[in-house]
Amino acid sequence: MYRYDEFDHAFVAERVEQFRGQVARRVAGELTEDEFKPLRLMNGLYLQLHAYMLRVAIPYGTLSAKQMRKLAHIARTYDRGYGHFTTRQNIQYNWPRLEDVPAILNELASVEMHAIQTSGNCIRNTTADPLAGVAADEIDDPRVYAEIIRQWSTLHPEFSFLPRKFKIAVTGSPNDRAVTRGHDIGLRMHRDLAGNPGFEVMVGGGQGRTPIMAKTIRNFLPVDHLLSYLEAVLRVYNQLGRRDNIYKARIKILVQSEGTDTFAQMVEAEWQAIKDNALDLPKEERDRIKAYFGPPGYDDLAGDCPELNLALDLSLAANPRFAAWVEANVQDHKQPGYAIATISLKPHGGIPGDASADQMDAVAALSEKFSFGEIRVSYKQNLILPDVPKLGLLALWRALDGLDLATANAGRISDIIACPGLDYCNLANARSIPIAQRISERFTDLAREKDIGEISLNISGCINACAHHHVANIGVLGVNKGGTEYYQVTLGGVADENARVGAIIGPAFDEWQIAGAVEDIVDVYLRQRQTNEKFIETYQRVGPQPFKEKLYGTDRARQAS
Amino acid sequence: MALIEHGKLAEDIWHDTDDFADAQALAPMGPIIVDLDTWRRHRDEILALDSPVGLRLQPGQTPDLVASDLHHFDLIALEFAKFTDGRAYSQARLLRERHGFKGKLRAVGDVLRDQLTFMLRCGFDSFQVATDSRAAAILEAVDEFAHWYQLALDRSATIPSLRRAAGATEAAGETGATGVAATWAY
Amino acid sequence: MTIIRDKTKSQNSNSQNFTQAVTANRLTDGYVVYLTDRDSWSERIADCQIVDDRSAADDLLQRATDQAADDLVVGPYLFKVATEGGRTIPIGQREILRTTGPSVGTDLNLA
Repeated sequence: MYRYDEFDHAFVAERVEQFRGQVARRVAGELTEDEFKPLRLMNGLYLQLHAYMLRVAIPYGTLSAKQMRKLAHIARTYDRGYGHFTTRQNIQYNWPRLEDVPAILNELASVEMHAIQTSGNCIRNTTADPLAGVAADEIDDPRVYAEIIRQWSTLHPEFSFLPRKFKIAVTGSPNDRAVTRGHDIGLRMHRDLAGNPGFEVMVGGGQGRTPIMAKTIRNFLPVDHLLSYLEAVLRVYNQLGRRDNIYKARIKILVQSEGTDTFAQMVEAEWQAIKDNALDLPKEERDRIKAYFGPPGYDDLAGDCPELNLALDLSLAANPRFAAWVEANVQDHKQPGYAIATISLKPHGGIPGDASADQMDAVAALSEKFSFGEIRVSYKQNLILPDVPKLGLLALWRALDGLDLATANAGRISDIIACPGLDYCNLANARSIPIAQRISERFTDLAREKDIGEISLNISGCINACAHHHVANIGVLGVNKGGTEYYQVTLGGVADENARVGAIIGPAFDEWQIAGAVEDIVDVYLRQRQTNEKFIETYQRVGPQPFKEKLYGTDRARQAS
Repeated sequence: MALIEHGKLAEDIWHDTDDFADAQALAPMGPIIVDLDTWRRHRDEILALDSPVGLRLQPGQTPDLVASDLHHFDLIALEFAKFTDGRAYSQARLLRERHGFKGKLRAVGDVLRDQLTFMLRCGFDSFQVATDSRAAAILEAVDEFAHWYQLALDRSATIPSLRRAAGATEAAGETGATGVAATWAY
Repeated sequence: MTIIRDKTKSQNSNSQNFTQAVTANRLTDGYVVYLTDRDSWSERIADCQIVDDRSAADDLLQRATDQAADDLVVGPYLFKVATEGGRTIPIGQREILRTTGPSVGTDLNLA
């Protein structure tokens, strides 16, 4: 893991003190709310329906056990005993007091964490593949570049008052687990013919009311030029992005209005003027950061693998619940004898992404026992232990089971992404969490979930699409009609390297119909699917019509189509 | 209105106008600042006034529009229509870094304490703020950070350059090396 | 300015569509507060001042906005309320949730 040096420590400490001063000036009346709001947002502090909400960055989704314990401590001491993990590798606290926030930031700084630029119209927390460093398909570790971007973007002198928020995601693998095409800039690692790493640069992705998948404006950017190229993109956007209409201010609208080719040419022209200058990234700095992300001290288990696999097979055969968990939640690791274990934060009927302080402490302890003290936070709002020896899986599962953290549903229908919705969020039009709870309660039979197989179901409480409903196989969007909540369904979205936006299937459902509608959609899939076909494959083959007919009846479906 | 230059309150000797007739009248009393439109329509007449000339650019008026005229200006004022409108930061850096503008770069409009360091680091060296009391408070912001990650126009040593210096010092077994000029930053 | 202090009166009137009160969030902790008829802010909706015509509502909001900075509250606005059996009930899901808190489990055992 990256470790702060004296300079990082000093910088974050100064940022905490700066914010302490800003809070004091706000309370003393020296800053108006209009002046203070952008300042607090740049430090992750929102004012929501019932209280403030503090969004803390988990840079590139990596946490140490010590950091996780600190998150638990903050939840217990300054909040109401829990936190909410988000799709963008942040944790949100729902009840901090304004005057406590500087103290919370101090606590975070003590474990090399912060809330810098987790909101506001600036470059946000850069996200990365949660399986960085352990995925078998990886070309290079994306965390190295995410950390470089973190430092470059932190209180950037030129790009801290952009037209709108700006999100960057990095993946080092061909299989995209970071939704790079859903970001303002997505970076995907490739190698050139000589074997040198570089990035495919995708620009202008985003969801919200105009969902657009990012367009590739450069097929291969040598890693040395990463920062000058990012700076060129940001400079074009800062000058030309719309500032007259908040709904048209994201870079995706600029790329769309200029056209991808023209936009790429504008970036190229700017880049030619600044590349090869001070912004280029020297190899020694890259190597310095890279050294922090070396592999942990794996045991050489390659020779023991047949025995390990046999032992694992025996425990699987003896314990069907454990077997179900391994099947759904455990993935192959690049290191022989090790595995990647997903800790589901989606218990049936629970709040997606929420973890209690006790659960956080317990996961910290388990990470020390089973995974070199490291934890990852995924796009799917789950936790991951990235380096578990296969021999430890059974003991890990038993411990998780006792903590209500062993739900065997990773990637399944009840592994729902949900935003906080109208239960907490000031922007929301409808509740998300109770809908997620009701839907997941209909799929408590693990055998049925396994039969349904790989599928994504995301629920957003408003068109800002924080739960990424546009790129879910089944997307649910809460809307408000005359003070009453309704839920619109989209089908066919995809969030991986083939990312695409789903299509609205028909009229919205009310809060009591929506769970039944999801079951109907699943039933159509189960009836229509061919051997080994995933939900999305069946949908792409048969199209929306059978789903419309089931949901709305033959006559209405004909009218709707 | 109050003006800050060189880290303290300063007297504003510049007269700012959008009207050429005013500019003519004001020129004998001291240097004048005109907007881009007035400059374009009366360029030669303004140059004939024999007074130092400044130019005021709105957000969205890229310095490229006046690239060939920049040597005529002793001052360029960049307007912050709202403090949340960050276009002037790019204008400032382009003026300094791309066009080599050496004159005074003045921030006008919604100039507040919590944006001061961003402005300084983008090359501004003159700040017009609403009131004297605000000006005093703004100056406190200058020392909030000792070092930054990015190389910028305030010329302070960057964190990457300090790291390299520390690394070099360690390697050479020396102590106390400071002030290494940054040749790159991120 | 018509200020309905007697809540039974508004119950009998037909002007429920215009029955409104002012709410905001408290600066120091962000908690939901309501403007009372004594120009103070209360965490209890039962304490809120209710008005039943548009100009009174405008006056109430103006008063709240003018005082917001001194009162250390943020973003005051009008919302619709009904009164039933002497109880003040907010109209619309958003204001109901602001009054009662999140409708989901985690908070309820801790409140």
